[in-house]
Amino acid sequence: MRLEVDITGKTFRSAAGGTHEVLAPLKFALCPGEVGVLIGPSGCGKSTMLRIILGLDGDFRGHVARPPQARIGMVFQEPRLLPWRSVEQNVRLAAPDVTEAKLSELFRILELDAHRSHFPGELSLGLARRVALARAFAVEPDLLVLDEPLASLDDALAGRLRDEIATLVASRPVMTLLVTHSLDDAIRLGDRLFFLSPRPARILAEVPIGIPREARGDAAIAAIKAGLARRVQGEQGGERSGRDVS
Amino acid sequence: MLRLLSFALFLAIWWIAALFVGGAKLPSPPAVLQVMIAEASSGALFLHLGATLARVTLAFVLAMSLGSAIGYLMGRVRLADRLGDPWLILLLNLPALVVIVLAYIWAGLTETAAIAAIAINKLPTAVVTLREGTRALDRSLDEMASVFAMPRWRAFRHVALPQLAPYIAAAARSGLSLVWKIVLVAELLGRPNGVGFEIGVAFQLFDTPRLLAYSLTFAAVVLVIETLLVQPFEARATRWRPRAA
Repeated sequence: MRLEVDITGKTFRSAAGGTHEVLAPLKFALCPGEVGVLIGPSGCGKSTMLRIILGLDGDFRGHVARPPQARIGMVFQEPRLLPWRSVEQNVRLAAPDVTEAKLSELFRILELDAHRSHFPGELSLGLARRVALARAFAVEPDLLVLDEPLASLDDALAGRLRDEIATLVASRPVMTLLVTHSLDDAIRLGDRLFFLSPRPARILAEVPIGIPREARGDAAIAAIKAGLARRVQGEQGGERSGRDVS
Repeated sequence: MLRLLSFALFLAIWWIAALFVGGAKLPSPPAVLQVMIAEASSGALFLHLGATLARVTLAFVLAMSLGSAIGYLMGRVRLADRLGDPWLILLLNLPALVVIVLAYIWAGLTETAAIAAIAINKLPTAVVTLREGTRALDRSLDEMASVFAMPRWRAFRHVALPQLAPYIAAAARSGLSLVWKIVLVAELLGRPNGVGFEIGVAFQLFDTPRLLAYSLTFAAVVLVIETLLVQPFEARATRWRPRAA
């Protein structure tokens, strides 16, 4: 079971009739238990790539191989909850097989206990994002796709949720694809970091992180960060890949 | 409270106007009430009201279910929209009277013809409203349902239907008022009972109290159905929305 992405190109037709390339040739694979992190400038085509990987957009050149029976858990950039269903119903509709115990645990971890019967319109954005996370976790996904899940949350909560994501990833052999702007999140969570170029997106560098997630202390993370910063300065977005910076 | 006051004002205006115009053209409220009571105690009022209500119910249910299904299809499937659009425009602009007369000519002066004619008159407005509603469905929620592999029926029931509910309520409300109006014409032209038939009789005899007695009872029934059925449904369908200040 593996996610293999081999996109050779994606063209958008604008309303004015022009065409532009959004994705340049892109190729990578992800194994169960692995967290791939996509880092790139805003508007470089990350969301388009995710849509292709999720099977929402079939109009591209190339090939994406997903395990056919893979359950997908997705946290979209905006929460995308059903406003007319309560928090609990939102989760249960996406994950009908979830047990009460599992649901209670998720709600406890994400501090949503008090909001079970609330409607999404009554929640702050931060809370709605947590509901979206609960929904993605509740399906016990084989493929977990997180599109900037920690944006607009305060540091303390973001840190806790990051740990939760790490716990979940460790507990099951789930393939995780994380899109983020935060190098910190990327280094703390990722096994392999893919640095993307501006549009049309291609992979500038693939950086594996050798230290296992649970062993990454603050010092190690700072060192990796410094290493990455040195590389960026040295190469200015060069194309060498595969060097282990840890 | 305010509604009662408004109703009292209506009665007062009526009464004063009746005093000026005279009983033959505009009978006073008590005179009309007297006819209502007489018709009710003989059972005729309920017979005719019942016949009309049955026709309204059948035609309304038929037109709403068929119209909603066609509207949803036309909103979702481009081909259906392009095929159905000319028919829709034709039906929308066809006068109710033409449909009713043609139905009676083709199918005879039967119950089926009456109900079909009423339903056909209401159908296109339901289609148009539901098509708009379907076009306005939130694509991002469709994507969410597809990513989480929601079965088709569950996605329709929990993702699409709640978004369509305000449109269904709007179609029901405008459709109900349309059906109320048309059913009387259909009864007047070709049915031996119903409020429309009675109004036709009253017209021939220039019997204004009887005409008012029947039409006002009918209006009262419409009002009751509107407050007891349509409005609660609307309120339930939109209860997740923050209330307007």
